[in-house]
Amino acid sequence: MHFAAPLPLASGALLRDYTLAYETYGTLNAARSNAVLVCHALNASHHVAGTYAGREKSEGWWDNLVGPGKPLDTERFFVIGVNNPGSCFGSTGPTSPNPDPGVPGRAYGSDFPVVTVEDWVDAQARLVDGLGIERLAAVIGGSLGGMQGLAWSLRFPERLRLCVAVATAPNLSAQNIAFNEVARRAIVTDPDFHGGHYAEHGVVPKRGLTVARMIGHITYLSDDSMEAKFGRDLQRSALGYSTQEIEFQIEAYLRHQGDKFSEYFDANTYLLITRALDYFDPAREFGGDLAATFARARARFQLVSFTTDWRFAPVRSREIVKALVDNRRDVSYAEIDAPHGHDAFLLDDPRYHGVMRACFANLAKEIA
Amino acid sequence: MSDRKDIELIAELVPPGSRVLDLGCGNGELLALLSRERGCSGYGIEIADANVLACHERGVNVIQLNLEEGLALFEDQSFDVVLQLDTLQHLRNTEKMLRETARVGRIGIVSFPNFAHWPNRLHVALGRMPVTRVLPYEWYDTPNIRVGTYADFEILARKDGLAILDAFGIQAGRIVRTLPNLLASVAVFKFERT
Repeated sequence: MHFAAPLPLASGALLRDYTLAYETYGTLNAARSNAVLVCHALNASHHVAGTYAGREKSEGWWDNLVGPGKPLDTERFFVIGVNNPGSCFGSTGPTSPNPDPGVPGRAYGSDFPVVTVEDWVDAQARLVDGLGIERLAAVIGGSLGGMQGLAWSLRFPERLRLCVAVATAPNLSAQNIAFNEVARRAIVTDPDFHGGHYAEHGVVPKRGLTVARMIGHITYLSDDSMEAKFGRDLQRSALGYSTQEIEFQIEAYLRHQGDKFSEYFDANTYLLITRALDYFDPAREFGGDLAATFARARARFQLVSFTTDWRFAPVRSREIVKALVDNRRDVSYAEIDAPHGHDAFLLDDPRYHGVMRACFANLAKEIA
Repeated sequence: MSDRKDIELIAELVPPGSRVLDLGCGNGELLALLSRERGCSGYGIEIADANVLACHERGVNVIQLNLEEGLALFEDQSFDVVLQLDTLQHLRNTEKMLRETARVGRIGIVSFPNFAHWPNRLHVALGRMPVTRVLPYEWYDTPNIRVGTYADFEILARKDGLAILDAFGIQAGRIVRTLPNLLASVAVFKFERT
């Protein structure tokens, strides 16, 4: 969907003349009351569910949760997936042409304005407007997507019935920011970065992006799940006595993940999205008082965390639960004892999906 | 697990419209009843995955939490009523939880199996630990790690500065006010902080 009216951003800048890529699943009912917005995290897109015709391996990133008969049932709900501005999957972002007449024909590159979680939510609200929907049945997201859900409940309290925030946090810890910073340094110190205008040089900072992804990936897995999957298994039958070659299988796995990622993801987008994560802190304007922050929320909340998630540990979700309880909001919270670390939010643990199924079944009854 | 009749008797102790916290809320049956029949609102606390799911399916607010970790999530006197039904006896930190109950709620309501009910006394007199309908476990597999009596609780309440507002036993779905320590398998206390 194209937007001619500029989007005012938290930084004071304007995002001019932008497009949001989106997909929808299911049917909007006559009362327009069954719409559910799905917010993506760092590396995902508007392609939430289903596969594209003729492309077998094109499953949406939350296909195990969203679809006909699935916990978020597209036979009952009209599900909207949207790609956030600044991303690299079809919405206006760093790889789009910069409309500034001073730099004709140039891609934004690192001149793309810094966007925040709140900016994304504002952009999403315009998309929801454009689809003719006044009030969403729910906004759902995991990790950074969960933060967008929380931001919806604070920015547009009356425009959602239910906020489902999975494996998320009210802000990043110093350790979280530290990991993001290492990832960003890997990208910007890559000789192919060229100040963020690598496209003009016909290159991409592939090495930096690969390392950034490797670091990120470590934080998505739990120590135990890495141990169970790789342990100290060697790539070959004997030690190679090399400092450069891959010796352990975990190294091969991380390099593979990094390489794969660097082929499809944009480096400037990685910088922007990690910064949006760093900046998210709705309690900042309330002197850090999360209870005061959520005083304006009106939605019902469903929170879920995973015991082995050390990136956004359960204790971070409990902070949100406490703020909601302090405000007497309706909230349910499931702490799933899953072994997979942060990644668990994308997997289909039966306890987790059981809770999701029940939660959306209740919502369906409520709007029927 | 409490019987339906027991739950109904205890629900009558909760003033209509109360903000309630149900510690160890099980499948959420009591919360659903309090919301439906008495216009109450609030949250259940549960640790067991199956119960957490059952609460979700019932549509009652549930927060998955280990009660042994305390009630740091809740502010002082932030609920009208804190319920702790059939839960106290499963906790290692019984006394701390009782104090937490009184801190968080204006009124506390607890129920637990009364170990001094006469059939239990008979079992012990005959040299065996009781196995009954209310205490259906063998000594080696019971989750009831704190066995106490109606009379014991009165002493603990006094020690912890709790004023008992109402107390009775329940036996076979009926309230017992005469010799409850002897004649009731379940003890119920309603109290407040003094």
